[in-house]
Amino acid sequence: MGDFIKENLNQDGVDRRGFLKCMAWAGTGTLCLVQGGVLKSFALSAIGKDDSGKLKGELAFVQISDSHIGFNKPANPDVTATLQVAIDKINALPVKPEFVLHTGDLSHLSKAAEFDTLDQALKSIRTGAIHYVPGEHDVLNDNGQQYRERYGKDTKGDGWYSFDQKGTHFVGLVNVMNLKSGGLGTLGHDQLEWLEDDVKHLKSSTPIVVFAHIPLWSVYPEWGWGTEDAAQALGYLKKFGSVSVLNGHIHQVMQKVEGNVTFHTAMSTAFPQPAPGTAPSPGPMKVPDDKLKGVLGITDVNFVRGKHTLAIVDTTLDGTSRSFEQRLRSPMFDPAGSPYGG
Amino acid sequence: MTASAALLAALLAAFSMAATTRAKSPAPAAQEQAATVVVKIDNFSFSPQVLTVAPGTKVTWVNNDDIPHTVVSTSDVFKSKALDTDDKFSFTFDKAGSYDYFCSIHPKMTGKVIVK
Repeated sequence: MGDFIKENLNQDGVDRRGFLKCMAWAGTGTLCLVQGGVLKSFALSAIGKDDSGKLKGELAFVQISDSHIGFNKPANPDVTATLQVAIDKINALPVKPEFVLHTGDLSHLSKAAEFDTLDQALKSIRTGAIHYVPGEHDVLNDNGQQYRERYGKDTKGDGWYSFDQKGTHFVGLVNVMNLKSGGLGTLGHDQLEWLEDDVKHLKSSTPIVVFAHIPLWSVYPEWGWGTEDAAQALGYLKKFGSVSVLNGHIHQVMQKVEGNVTFHTAMSTAFPQPAPGTAPSPGPMKVPDDKLKGVLGITDVNFVRGKHTLAIVDTTLDGTSRSFEQRLRSPMFDPAGSPYGG
Repeated sequence: MTASAALLAALLAAFSMAATTRAKSPAPAAQEQAATVVVKIDNFSFSPQVLTVAPGTKVTWVNNDDIPHTVVSTSDVFKSKALDTDDKFSFTFDKAGSYDYFCSIHPKMTGKVIVK
């Protein structure tokens, strides 16, 4: 593992250092947009309704993840309620998202009633469409048949697909099927062949957004947080000037920039999980009740055409989001203070 | 000495009689006894991770974790449905051999049952 893309930095007039600094602010409720090649930042709290013209990127969408409808243990006895808070947050965004991406673990046990509850809740999102990829919790017992019947129309194979929106090419990948003993997430030969063909004829200036459940980079292999054959997929995307990879599965925000590829994982709307290595295992992490909404959240993404960068803002459900670096140092992830196992 | 020898002989005789009359019950030596042995699933691990049993033993996995898991043999010998907290799955191992298995939801979780 570890065959990441190493390429020269973009010669697109964007101050890379400034951009990376802005990315590190993701989660403070700072909106970073590239407009006219210049990086601008806006504090979310300072944004009023009449600012939406100022904030216009060319494409805005939201990522949510890991709703785990059906989960009811102490880490969060009411995941439907926290999902609703997330939906309210989406509906309160200053710029209406064109669509919502759900990066998997829609349900907790792949039960029909759980999918029904999710669908019912998502009806109230103010957006154009919702696109899904499955998590491992969505394909239990039936190899994903029920998931595909509900959410996989017009998809190929185990549920992969692509679509275009405002000149950006979106690719939904499935890396939770046919997992091998001792292994990580896997894309498989058929899907990789499809991907190679799918992007072959696109111009290298086309912005690419790939979304899949398990991270496509090696976050923490000991806990299965990675995808075995992701390097091959990323190889097919090497020619593109801007590639963004959006994942879920780990129930916390992690971000990595490698040349033209930005990797980002989202918070869950259901329960948090411990930071890598800070607990005996990656299960649901119980936090004090009044802290729960501070570790769940949504991801708002804005893209300005021609600027090759996405502005990614993670907002927690209680709105008092902290910066990416602050989250890493927070007592929540201190092993001594971790309530895991309680 | 004689008494001990006699006792030993008696024990051996009793043992061999039991051996010829028994059907499927395993030898009650240092290994697991007859009937059911339990493997606990907790904290994303199987406990004991390596279990040794005699042929004919029924092994029951119990999920004590707060997240669902499965028990899937790598050679298609047995396969559970998704087990939520407190759910169980049992399999009786008739044939000697070594049976690797894992959780298909969290494939880093692996275990083994040795039947001999």
